[in-house]
Amino acid sequence: MDSKKRITWIVRIIVYLLVIAFFYWTITNEYFNYITENIDQFKVLVREHLQIVGLSSGMALLVAIPLAIFVTRPTFKRVESLVSTLVNFGYTIPNMAILALMMGFLGIGFKTAVFALFLYSILPIYRNTVAGIQSVNTSLIDAAKGMGFKPSQILFKVELPNAAYAIIAGVRTAVVINIGATALAYLIGGGGLGNWIFMGIKVFDNSILLSGAVTVTLLAVITDYLLRAVEHIVVPKGTKR
Amino acid sequence: MIEYKDITKVYGEDVKAVDDVSFTVEDGEIVVLLGPSGCGKTTLLRMVNRLESITEGDILLDGKSTSNLNEIELRRGIGYVIQSNGLFPNMTIEQNVTIVPHLLGWDKQKKEERYQKLMKLVGLDVEDFRKRFPHELSGGQQQRIGVIRALAADPPAMLMDEPFGALDPIIREKVQDEFLAIQKELHKTILFVSHDINEAIKMGDKIALMKDGQLMQYDTPANILQNPANEFVTQFVGQDRTIKSLSIHMVNDIYSQNKLKENKKLAKQVSLNTNLRDALGAILESKEQAVTVVNGQNETVGSLDFDGINQFISELTS
Amino acid sequence: MNNNDENTLLQVIEYFQENMDFILELTAEHVNLVGLAIIVAILIGVPLGIYLTTNDSLAGTVLNIASVIMTIPSIALFGLMVPIFSLINQGIGFLPAFIALILYSQLPIIRNTYTAINNVDPEIRDAAIGIGMSTTQRIFRVEIPNTIPVIMAGIRTAVVLNIGIGVIAAFIGAGGLGILIQQGITRGHQDMVIAGAITISVLGISADLFLRLLQRIFTSKGVSS
Repeated sequence: MDSKKRITWIVRIIVYLLVIAFFYWTITNEYFNYITENIDQFKVLVREHLQIVGLSSGMALLVAIPLAIFVTRPTFKRVESLVSTLVNFGYTIPNMAILALMMGFLGIGFKTAVFALFLYSILPIYRNTVAGIQSVNTSLIDAAKGMGFKPSQILFKVELPNAAYAIIAGVRTAVVINIGATALAYLIGGGGLGNWIFMGIKVFDNSILLSGAVTVTLLAVITDYLLRAVEHIVVPKGTKR
Repeated sequence: MIEYKDITKVYGEDVKAVDDVSFTVEDGEIVVLLGPSGCGKTTLLRMVNRLESITEGDILLDGKSTSNLNEIELRRGIGYVIQSNGLFPNMTIEQNVTIVPHLLGWDKQKKEERYQKLMKLVGLDVEDFRKRFPHELSGGQQQRIGVIRALAADPPAMLMDEPFGALDPIIREKVQDEFLAIQKELHKTILFVSHDINEAIKMGDKIALMKDGQLMQYDTPANILQNPANEFVTQFVGQDRTIKSLSIHMVNDIYSQNKLKENKKLAKQVSLNTNLRDALGAILESKEQAVTVVNGQNETVGSLDFDGINQFISELTS
Repeated sequence: MNNNDENTLLQVIEYFQENMDFILELTAEHVNLVGLAIIVAILIGVPLGIYLTTNDSLAGTVLNIASVIMTIPSIALFGLMVPIFSLINQGIGFLPAFIALILYSQLPIIRNTYTAINNVDPEIRDAAIGIGMSTTQRIFRVEIPNTIPVIMAGIRTAVVLNIGIGVIAAFIGAGGLGILIQQGITRGHQDMVIAGAITISVLGISADLFLRLLQRIFTSKGVSS
């Protein structure tokens, strides 16, 4: 084994050891017992969390993809830069600030949280869809036109399949960010696992804090992996990178 | 002088990229490493400045083994030109040209003098190009800059890896001619990689023809064309080797054998320095099917027709 | 615009007028925290990204680790830092927030540096070696100058991201502009929340513009972005 591979293995082993040490420390201190002791509340929090993520991401998907398709049609090219600038600008506002602002206008509660996170999830999906469609080789589209494809056929048979990778990557980014942002939704009365994290910080109780934080982390990491698997299945074989 | 001594390069267990190659590039000579892709010619070239390692054997530069020299200093002492010109996009033309002198720590004035001299050498405007960047230049201009960058520290030897390969045919001819004119003045020891037999015949004092890592023939272009060492060389130089050999002989070669026809005043004339390919072209285009030959003082020394060239060539190949 | 909105706007303006010193102080804290974290992140990420181009197997591993870190929700990462740093009695305050922000910046910085250096035209690298540049000379005179736009794009992403995430630092006692939002929510002061959101957005946008300007200054005109 050469020295470069050896370094790789050393780095991997150190990372594994750190993760193992972390879980050894939390488990020997019985931090996660808080979950089993409060299993009913845990279930409610996880359900709330997933509901917020699911609703806001789903709505964002339904708005962002059609919007991206709309602005990339040749007729509406001029709208594209305007919409993109607006959406990009919106993204410089931190998610915490958007949640807080929405609370100001809509009051506290579940619906406000869903709406704020819906707004926030539009950008990654929109941006990736636009980029994906724009990066489709123009000669492909020319070829399709030359063969007599209708505009709708060009969209569904050429542009979208070739942009599928970028679109799904955008959805994955949005959902994973959303899982984290939902943890902040507790602050505006949205519920979810943020409840335990903020309570744990406030009362300085490691078991409450870690039971919330580790669960949210696992939720995000696992969702990321699952969506990568979906990416693998859905994306046409020829366009994989 | 660059001497290859029993050079062998083995990749992995048993893939021989270069197989026991020996030859010498004499001072002031251009040697063209010629062969199809994958024959090991570029590998051989890159061994000189140690961009490629050598499995067995040694390369001597002016009698000294390159394997004992510091590789950074070795490289700074050898000019290096590559096909895509390898100019640094972030540097101005002036910075690109003077990069090696800069690395060698020359003072400002010396660098400036050198820059001006080199730009004039290739006929590019000193001030006009100074602050411009490589992407603002045409392909031919970029390649000229690539060549003078390699000449900047006045190295005795130069390595050129298909230096004109990316240029379109008309520009390539022009840059080749310019380079030969420069070489006539500078007498560098040059190793030149090419896959183009016509370029090799034009540029090379000698040609080293490679196949599958082995040296097939090492000789002057004329000898390679007239006496191919084996079947591969015959095939590589092609069916038209007679026509190719026209471009390496001058009208002067016929004149020195006293075989020009009688003085005649004809519509077209050629000089003694014209190669036979161009002379043949002139003959075929002329009304009288013959041309007047003049010497350097523009005095008529004879005339030449198709038979004269035909006779000369058939005597060479027989 | 109805009466209510108009009132809110006036309240926000009033809040800015009355609390300018406080807001500036929090901004300074925010810039300090994010700025230091980014500087350290650059010092780690850029050399690491360059090194990774020489070690492909490690590159895969490191980029995977960095992207998993990026997946960890920000509040959860801050939350995890608290008990870990309380082991050395630093659980609340600057240090856990600082480390969390460094970890977050790694992916964009390492990935962009790695991709940029990997995509340097091999012929240009070959020329640099062939004319006798040492490794350091090649990296600093050729490879970095020709990839500044891509490396800087990674740094810009990290900065804008960190300015946003820095808001959460307030919840673990590290101060910064998050204080306005945190206290605004708990006290129900909408003007405070809006003032905080505006200040943070302005900070993010100006940081991005400033870095673009720096990038323009330091990028040679010969390099296409």
